[in-house]
Amino acid sequence: MSVTAAPALLDRDGLNALVSALVAQGRTVIGPTVRDGAIVLAELDSADALPFGWGVELDAGRYRLVRREDGAAFAHSAGPQSWKNFLHPARERLWSAERTPEGDVSFTPQEPAVPSYAFLGVRPCDLRAIAIQGRVLTGGRHADGGYAGRRERALIVAVECTEPGAACFCVSTGGGPAVDPGYDLALTEVDGRFLVRVGSDEGAALLEQVPHRGAGPDVEESARAAVDSARERMGRALPPVDLRALMGASLTAERWDDVAARCLTCGNCTMVCPTCFCTTTEEVTDLTGDHTERWQRWDSCFDLDFSYLHGGPVRSSPRSRYRQWLTHKLGTWHDQFGTSGCVGCGRCIAWCPAGIDITEEVAALDTERAARGTETD
Amino acid sequence: MKPTLAVFKLASCDGCQLTLLDCEDELLTLAGEVEISHFLEASSSVAGGPYDLTLVEGSVTTAGDAERIRAIRAASRHLVTIGACATAGGIQALRNFADVDAYRRVVYAHPEYIDTLATSTPVSAHVDVDFELRGCPIDKRQLIEVLTAFLAGRKPNVPNHSVCFECKRRGTVCVTVAHGTPCLGPVTRAGCGALCPAYRRGCFGCFGPSGSVNLPALVPVLRRDGLDEGDVQRFLHTFNATAFDEELSP
Repeated sequence: MSVTAAPALLDRDGLNALVSALVAQGRTVIGPTVRDGAIVLAELDSADALPFGWGVELDAGRYRLVRREDGAAFAHSAGPQSWKNFLHPARERLWSAERTPEGDVSFTPQEPAVPSYAFLGVRPCDLRAIAIQGRVLTGGRHADGGYAGRRERALIVAVECTEPGAACFCVSTGGGPAVDPGYDLALTEVDGRFLVRVGSDEGAALLEQVPHRGAGPDVEESARAAVDSARERMGRALPPVDLRALMGASLTAERWDDVAARCLTCGNCTMVCPTCFCTTTEEVTDLTGDHTERWQRWDSCFDLDFSYLHGGPVRSSPRSRYRQWLTHKLGTWHDQFGTSGCVGCGRCIAWCPAGIDITEEVAALDTERAARGTETD
Repeated sequence: MKPTLAVFKLASCDGCQLTLLDCEDELLTLAGEVEISHFLEASSSVAGGPYDLTLVEGSVTTAGDAERIRAIRAASRHLVTIGACATAGGIQALRNFADVDAYRRVVYAHPEYIDTLATSTPVSAHVDVDFELRGCPIDKRQLIEVLTAFLAGRKPNVPNHSVCFECKRRGTVCVTVAHGTPCLGPVTRAGCGALCPAYRRGCFGCFGPSGSVNLPALVPVLRRDGLDEGDVQRFLHTFNATAFDEELSP
């Protein structure tokens, strides 16, 4: 089987064999599983841990697991984590230093932890998010070596989206439920079986170890139909306008005050966002002062201390912090990294305790701009 | 000469100074770095001031407290208040919203024996404070960080952000979004490591308001999750009642 070969078909035993083969390769297999009332990403011992028969019911600020009669494994969206939890961990030691009794200081760089991950069930939106975050963290002059190593080693089994959630809007960000290149294997779940396409030599070699058969045109057609149908069932949409221009034209919009009155500035949106990448560093010393460590941890533009310069924070009001997040995500991200920072996964909508909806905020900004335009005419 | 450390208490339950004794792995190292001059919960042997670093738990609830805290301040080069009582008035600040005389008559057989102020106030309402460490009780790791920072002559690395940061960092599923459980995490200062949500309970705000808090925005969320007006007030009126109350009507 090669990258250009015809699609294969796995049944549930085949999926089990796929996970077993990945485990046998010594990989840490991460995939969706049910825990604490949500479908989280965690290490899987076997495919049995996948959320067969579970779906989600979503709204702004609300996420509930629901039973599905069809027993599907990958018919869920907008879980509380994304793959960045593994590629770009929340906390990471960068270096440590020791002071000897003579007063000399020696520094020891921390070799980054680079587990051999296999990511099972990466949705198309999240595959795009991985590509975006990869450009941010490894694309510039100061590449994050840990991230690069983890991404390089990771094997990706993507799953096409056949069940968008009520918070999903990937189509309006230029994406969609069909998978883009960047995977090793791509699955499409069709009636309890999995159409498999190969995206890399490594993926091809893996599929060879797993019992499978040719998919045939009927299954391929069903898979295409399921993905096409998903495209039509997006729960939400961003307005079809040039968002970068809209953000640039909205810096003094009144809507920022409206959203700031509802925004808790708790930072949840940035932490569930699969592309938000900001970190800060902390020095951790011990009581003797002879040992110190530097740790990198996730930070958020919603934290008051995030913009703290000499004398105080630059963005002290919630208005300025929400505006920073949204205008960066949809606007200046283009200037910085060449694309939008949003893939339409809907996590920031579902996991905002206050239910602030990015699509609604952008639509309101668009309406306000139109009203301003009318006034000046 | 090693710097001297003193621990004092005002109106409080002793839980915060007990946190210092709970630092079992670090106590010997700490004793090597500082001279523990006054710490009645640990030793009846006390030395007089001045002290380089003083930790104070408890709130000011009597005229005597108010006098003592001025004397403690005068004897301390650095004064750090620890816990919800010392930083926000504590649970006993519920009296600030009530009629203390009525309480006194109802609770005590001989109300005339009780000599108390009408309010419970944080130490910072009486004297200058160099640093406030929040929590009910305070977090052991944060206490060690404050002591370590003092010894190193730097600012303690104690975050201002919300408990949500800690939930997300440890991978706890949001109890509000996924379970509909009322939670004060979005408005509460991090520091405990997001303990309660990890056990599927809502945060009840024992670390007080975070450094950037929009409490009025949480009220409709709490109402959505089933609390009526009185429930919301009771939810906020615990260990940091006065601090949250100030945030409700900023």
